[in-house]
Amino acid sequence: MRRRSAGGAALTILTWALGVLFVFPVFWMVLTSFKQESDAYTEDPTFLFTPTLDQYRLVFDGGLGPYLANSLIATVVSCLLVVVLAVPAAYALSVRPVRGTKDALFFFISTKMLPVVAAIVPIFVAAQQIHLLDNVWALVLLYSGMNLPIAVWMMRSFFQEVPSEVLEAAKVDGAGLRTELTRVLLPMVAPGIAATALICAIFAWNEFFFAVNLTAINAPTVPVFLVGFITSEGLYWARLSAAATLAVLPVVIVGWIAQRQLVRGLSMGALK
Amino acid sequence: MTTAQLTAAPKPLGRKEKWARRGPLLPALIFTIIITQAPFLATIIYSLHSWNLLRPGSWGFVGLDNYVDVFTDSEFYTAALNTVVVTAGCVLVSLVLGIALALLLDRPFFGRGVVRTMLITPFLIMPVASALLWKTSMLNPTYGLVDAVLGPIGLGGIDWVGQYPMTSVLIALVWRWTPFMMLIVLAGLQSQPRDVLEAAKVDGATAWQAFRYLTLPFLRRYIQLAGLLGSIYVVNTFDEIFMLTQGGPGIATTNLPYYLYQRVFQGFDVGQAAALGVVVVILTIIVATFALRAIFTAVSGREVSE
Repeated sequence: MRRRSAGGAALTILTWALGVLFVFPVFWMVLTSFKQESDAYTEDPTFLFTPTLDQYRLVFDGGLGPYLANSLIATVVSCLLVVVLAVPAAYALSVRPVRGTKDALFFFISTKMLPVVAAIVPIFVAAQQIHLLDNVWALVLLYSGMNLPIAVWMMRSFFQEVPSEVLEAAKVDGAGLRTELTRVLLPMVAPGIAATALICAIFAWNEFFFAVNLTAINAPTVPVFLVGFITSEGLYWARLSAAATLAVLPVVIVGWIAQRQLVRGLSMGALK
Repeated sequence: MTTAQLTAAPKPLGRKEKWARRGPLLPALIFTIIITQAPFLATIIYSLHSWNLLRPGSWGFVGLDNYVDVFTDSEFYTAALNTVVVTAGCVLVSLVLGIALALLLDRPFFGRGVVRTMLITPFLIMPVASALLWKTSMLNPTYGLVDAVLGPIGLGGIDWVGQYPMTSVLIALVWRWTPFMMLIVLAGLQSQPRDVLEAAKVDGATAWQAFRYLTLPFLRRYIQLAGLLGSIYVVNTFDEIFMLTQGGPGIATTNLPYYLYQRVFQGFDVGQAAALGVVVVILTIIVATFALRAIFTAVSGREVSE
């Protein structure tokens, strides 16, 4: 018994050490963001220094604001659109399955398998022709298309968890299809909708390929800001760390909140 | 527990009822077709034409010429090989690490939730930010943290991104994808029925035997799912390569997505880029077919077990 608990303690320490190792680059980034540049550039890592908010001030003076606004619009609006489209679709594919459910599900997920790079040419040309180049609404549409399959699959898995007794009872009470969806089902899957939206928000916020190729002056998002940063001020590590910290913060917090649902989103609802 | 899906009665439906059921699906279906399928259709059409964005009026049908160009371009093969190296390297290493971490997390210990949260964080970090972080304060040959750690054991002063560009890309990728693998394998471990393991223990099986003959076979389809889903995402890696190496030095770390990007936005040769796109799609579909099967097995497996 004693030997086992000693082994257990060793495993616990090992697990903790690996956890710290994995998160350390992030911790280091946050730490560096509170340094002066002279403390950021040392051959031996500096752990003790007088913290400063100067770098954050410089980042905002450097014009992060509009980029944040674009990211926020692209993320929030695309998530809303995804939820509005995915909830009815998932309902049609799970609670009241239409004919060809399997084909529809297969279609949705197969769109996720196609490499986006291969579609960039026509998307670029189309955006140019309908004057959506360098327009945040192009990103809204593309991020919605990118996240919709994940949302449909995820929402379907939430709908499937609704006990059939609940639906039977609703039917006995004479509820129509619409009442069934809005009054009975929606309140039950509301946490699922929230989780789905959070997962989609993570992917939309972090997206870079479309953002860098389809925007220039009016609509660039936060990741594009970071790229500009490294070319113009790549030598200022502390300032760069402050910018990166601000860029990743929203999604890290959202991800921590939604971490129980993360695996469901990543596996398209196949696992929970 | 029966799922709601199983209770749908197979009685004939009226026209109105049919549309009431099909209706909710249509907006999502139409939206997805327009946003994701139309561009691919256009890609196929473009790939059969010659068209340079910088030369208006250069549009003309050329048949399969663009494909011939793709396959006679030696850079294409290098990019394809690099794609295989990046994908296989990242998926294999992060899968092994992910399995190990999942096993370590699948036991009660002090601070388990905190460690789990720490371990998933790299996956949440914006890839552009993470690549920036690795390029500067982590892998810098003089002031980087990696140099500070490796210096005392005689491995200091290495210009990681310059001398070992592929390794640098893989380090950043493995850091991001290990949590992904870990989460899927952990979900598998936690759905493993405990009573079987208990029974094995009662029958005198050692921890290793229980792992080798019970847990590992049970985990097989989760590991498969993690590996295949991971491959599909990693094949498309763009952000890290764009930020860390710009595909270089030369084309040493240029993978197919980055190669295609260069063709479009530096060469503006739409026809050739589109042909390349079609080839990339076909290669991806081969991997994806296996992935889809794994997902459907995972889904139907769960429905049967419930």
